[in-house]
Amino acid sequence: MANHAAKSRTALGGRLRSMTDTNLLMSITIIVFVLMYLFAMIVLQKGFLKPQTLFNILNANAALIILSCGMTLVMITGGIDISVGGVTALVSMSCAVYLDYHGGSVFGSLLLALGIGLAFGLIQGYLVAFLEIQPFIVTLAGMFFARGMTTIVNTKQFNVTHEGFLRLKDARIIIPFLGSYNKRGDYIDAYIEIGVVVALLIVAILFFVLKWTKTGRNFYAVGGNKQSALMLGINVKRTVFLSHLLCGILAGIGGFVYFMHVGSGSPSHAAGAEMNAIASSIIGGTMLTGGVGNIIGTLFGVMSLALIQNIVSSIGLDQAWWTGITIAAMLCLFLVIQSVIIARRKRANLSAAAGSKE
Amino acid sequence: MTTKSARGKGESFLSGLLRHQIVIPIAALLLLAIFNLIVDPSFFRITFGYNSAGNPVLKGYPITIIDYGTELAILAIGMTLVTAASGGQDISVGAAIAIAGSVILRILCGTGESTDGLQAPIIVAVLVACVVAMIFGAFNGALVAFFKIQPMVATLILFTAGRSIAAWINHNELPVTSDAGFKAFGNFLPGIPIPAPCFFAVGCFIVTWALLKFTNLGLYVQSVGINEKTSRLNGLNPEFIKLVTYVLLGLCVAVSGFIKVARLGTINYSVIAKDIEMDAILAVALGGNALGGGKFNMPASILGAYVIQFLTTTLYKFDVQSDALSAYKAIVVIVLVVLSAPTVREKLSTLVKKLRNTNQTVPSA
Amino acid sequence: MREGSVLEMHGIYKSFPGVKALQNVDFRLCAGEIHALMGENGAGKSTLIKVLTGVYQKDAGEIRIEGKGTVQIRSPQEAQRAGISTVYQEISLCPNLSVAENIFLGRGEEKLLSWRKMNQQAGKLLDSLGIRVKPTQQLASCSIAVQQMVAIARAVDMDCRVLILDEPTSSLDESEVAKLFQLMRDLKKRGVGIIFVTHFLDQVYDVCDKITVLRDGKLVGEYAIENLPRVELVSKMLGKELDDMADIKNDIPVFNEEKAAPVYEVKNLSSTEGIEPFDFYIRRGEVNGFTGLLGSGRSESVRAIFGADKVTGGEVRMDGKSVKITKPIEAMKNGIGYLAEDRKRDGIIGDLSVRENIILALQVKTGFFKPFSKAQQIKFADEYIKLLDVKTASVNTPIKSLSGGNQQKVILGRWLLTHPKYLILDEPTRGIDVGTKVDIQKLVLKLASEGMSVTFISSETDEMLRTCSRLIVMRDRKQVGELTGDQLTQNTIMNTIAGGEKE
Repeated sequence: MANHAAKSRTALGGRLRSMTDTNLLMSITIIVFVLMYLFAMIVLQKGFLKPQTLFNILNANAALIILSCGMTLVMITGGIDISVGGVTALVSMSCAVYLDYHGGSVFGSLLLALGIGLAFGLIQGYLVAFLEIQPFIVTLAGMFFARGMTTIVNTKQFNVTHEGFLRLKDARIIIPFLGSYNKRGDYIDAYIEIGVVVALLIVAILFFVLKWTKTGRNFYAVGGNKQSALMLGINVKRTVFLSHLLCGILAGIGGFVYFMHVGSGSPSHAAGAEMNAIASSIIGGTMLTGGVGNIIGTLFGVMSLALIQNIVSSIGLDQAWWTGITIAAMLCLFLVIQSVIIARRKRANLSAAAGSKE
Repeated sequence: MTTKSARGKGESFLSGLLRHQIVIPIAALLLLAIFNLIVDPSFFRITFGYNSAGNPVLKGYPITIIDYGTELAILAIGMTLVTAASGGQDISVGAAIAIAGSVILRILCGTGESTDGLQAPIIVAVLVACVVAMIFGAFNGALVAFFKIQPMVATLILFTAGRSIAAWINHNELPVTSDAGFKAFGNFLPGIPIPAPCFFAVGCFIVTWALLKFTNLGLYVQSVGINEKTSRLNGLNPEFIKLVTYVLLGLCVAVSGFIKVARLGTINYSVIAKDIEMDAILAVALGGNALGGGKFNMPASILGAYVIQFLTTTLYKFDVQSDALSAYKAIVVIVLVVLSAPTVREKLSTLVKKLRNTNQTVPSA
Repeated sequence: MREGSVLEMHGIYKSFPGVKALQNVDFRLCAGEIHALMGENGAGKSTLIKVLTGVYQKDAGEIRIEGKGTVQIRSPQEAQRAGISTVYQEISLCPNLSVAENIFLGRGEEKLLSWRKMNQQAGKLLDSLGIRVKPTQQLASCSIAVQQMVAIARAVDMDCRVLILDEPTSSLDESEVAKLFQLMRDLKKRGVGIIFVTHFLDQVYDVCDKITVLRDGKLVGEYAIENLPRVELVSKMLGKELDDMADIKNDIPVFNEEKAAPVYEVKNLSSTEGIEPFDFYIRRGEVNGFTGLLGSGRSESVRAIFGADKVTGGEVRMDGKSVKITKPIEAMKNGIGYLAEDRKRDGIIGDLSVRENIILALQVKTGFFKPFSKAQQIKFADEYIKLLDVKTASVNTPIKSLSGGNQQKVILGRWLLTHPKYLILDEPTRGIDVGTKVDIQKLVLKLASEGMSVTFISSETDEMLRTCSRLIVMRDRKQVGELTGDQLTQNTIMNTIAGGEKE
């Protein structure tokens, strides 16, 4: 009898509960994104009907997508990395100086970017994983170090004039059939930048890694419960180290993509990028407490964030401060949603557990 | 036998000394002082003169440190409480200072462009700024206490939005006031050669001391920070206490914001109090307080703040660019946290023991 | 290695700062036996297991495994590789992952996962063990019992030679325990050696073949089950003859119910922790108790009385006057004190000094703006340190550096300092040495004779019998009986707990 009742209760208790936290939070994000885009297309129309608007969002945010992917990895293991914005600035500046003042090659600058990212990943990963220092403090120091170093490398903003690099920067990948006609009736091709391809490739690879490889699942296990993960035979320290290492490398790549997009070096580049990356991850359904999150969600998190900024400015609130306020409001909303959902589920589980005991 | 007991005594003396948290910032202070003494003893020279307004003023690096350390020291008070109660730090204090400063100037200058006269009494502006800053503090506190969001992430929201809100309050204009009475609070009061902010600092210290002495704030905050569940069972309301610490930090922010804008008579939303959250957290850590919450030592935190300012001033003296400062400070932070990490400490102590053992066996043999 | 052994541990030493947790302990496990590891809290059972599973590194000693010779176990992975699997008392699985993932996590060499294959295998395994749960379900949404079974399924599937079950039954109900025992016997037939750690004596005599007893970090001995009657086992664990503990019996209080008025009275009290709404009262100078198995709702009941959990209903009267108690502070203001079950989590404030821990409750009761002076605090602390004979270096020693029993006395002092009319003690004697246990029992009786009302909860029934004049029996979060006078015997209690609804 009791068993029967419990069964019907779980059936009633719904699909929602049988959904994993990761999928639930990601679905919310995707739904919100689609609704917002539909709203923009129907109410605001203007550019939102053109596919290029979507591509432009991608073009402008390719670097942020890569940074957010790294952030998501770290956050899934229960950590945080706020040095990514600083690393991005440092990479842009170093590459710019290397190309223009030291006559470096494009390939060399790419290596430089990767090297910087790798160095940050290695050191921060070591401090967090093996010396067990709070990730926030370590990466806060990393962020300040990177920002300071950017100024030490070069104080002034300047545009890169290296030819090979400019060719790469202006390279566009034409998307067939999705172009639009301008006022004079000329057909304009829809395009994306190389950075977008890199970003989407990284999203795809990481999605695969997190879903189908053992290493990927270890990230979730460690974030879910470090102690348990250790008992289950997972090398927790190595996993945490790996997440920071990957995040560092991705920050290097993201930095280079950013550099390709802006084509200049400046100490104020990528200001607040770390916060945007964290916000995107959270909006994309990654839990701060670790163990829950998804790369696809993160992609939509970045897109949602960019989209709402676009919407806000096309409504006419185009002053600079609205950007900060909108991001913060959205972040706040999703944080509260997360905290409420998790509290709800906990209660539901408790009563389910008590119920099954009767 | 005798060597053993002597060693025991030596160890207990050393560890007893190290148990006093305040030793850490004092040691750092001495280190910096000695460094400056060796490199350039004139660092410590204090001169007496008159400023452009004809007021008697004291000048010199030590004065600069005490003067410019004010905001940081006041923030360190609030940050210590927040850290102790909630086991995390508020990273939005810089942005909140921008808001408080913006509010003050908005009230003083009105909506017009720059004016000479003040549109409202200074005290009104300060009180309104206090209320506003406390409301933002309460917002952070509510997210932390009631929604159980990690402090650093909860305050990320205001960190992201704060400077935008500050700009919005003044419609992105840069109000400037040249009112001497107002600016005196950030510089020198007529006839007094000691910088005015120092008096604010002392005032805040006294209030804090009284708060810790004549109320149970310290006991409650530490109890909640160490063990929330037990605290609840002993009749405390942990959520409320956490909220209170954030509101108090809001108050500290308002005072700091007032001093900041009074120094210049104007505000630059993106630059004012830039990176001060880092310094404030560093001050708490340098004071030997656990960043994970629990027990705290207020004087150590305050001293920590002045040590940071000492470091900043020293770096400035060596012509380090203000934007590059953060790189050096970051290195200090890393060295500090690495040394205080439990795993490193354990290794160090075993190393010390080994060294001591070899030292002691050699003479006896 | 001796014939038939799968595991031998020789001369194991392990110490922590200030504590010698294990001294020269030997342990031998044969293939196909279920071997109970017994001892009081702090005897070294869990340390021994943690050494064996690589969580702690032993200081000295040798571990040998059949077919592998002497092995070094430096991490849980190495333990797993050596064929040692463990199911812990606290679930050590990842709540955010699915059931199937939890079974296969951290195992196998292949780098890629096949979800379909994994779910299939998990389904088969769970079926074969009779565990009814979907492999794809998120672990957090399963009941604790199911989570425990999943952990066992994982261990079983790992083809282990040595299976350690560290108090696996504390969160399982009877039928689940029976299922588990069936499983253990099956594994035994397959030649697996099982180390079984439990507090339930019945279960030991139900299922085990041998018993190894530890006390104070030392080996007491290894016994075949048939050679060690219960009474002897208990006295070996405690290191005392049973008579030592009986002397207190003479002091059984003669409590005259009729005379005293109820101090506390409640009707239809309920809380969010899922206990049936219940009525309860206690008279002036009375000692009563809640008894029942772990998880029967006895702690939840007293927590509801104190307002420790969210109270959802009930009419409370103190001394006949209607009052509202929904929060601890309200209970305290009405003269109730509550010593919580889990000392570490709900009792001590670890980093604070003994002095601060003693004055905390009274200080909170007195108010935010009226802090005691340092001298006053020291006076209070000294008073109770003396009264309760707390062994501490000074009043300023952090409480976490005291032993468990002394910590408990400090917390007891904290509540006595508030001079409660009604004191609730939830497992005050758990995990502390026998001497202190007797002290606390005596103290309870003395307080009652001075007019305080006390509710006393303990897992050890004889302790309850010695102190309480009325017992409320709980089962499945319901009150199922109330025993007084002549009914207060082990047998009646056991029968009431077990209940008459046998199928």
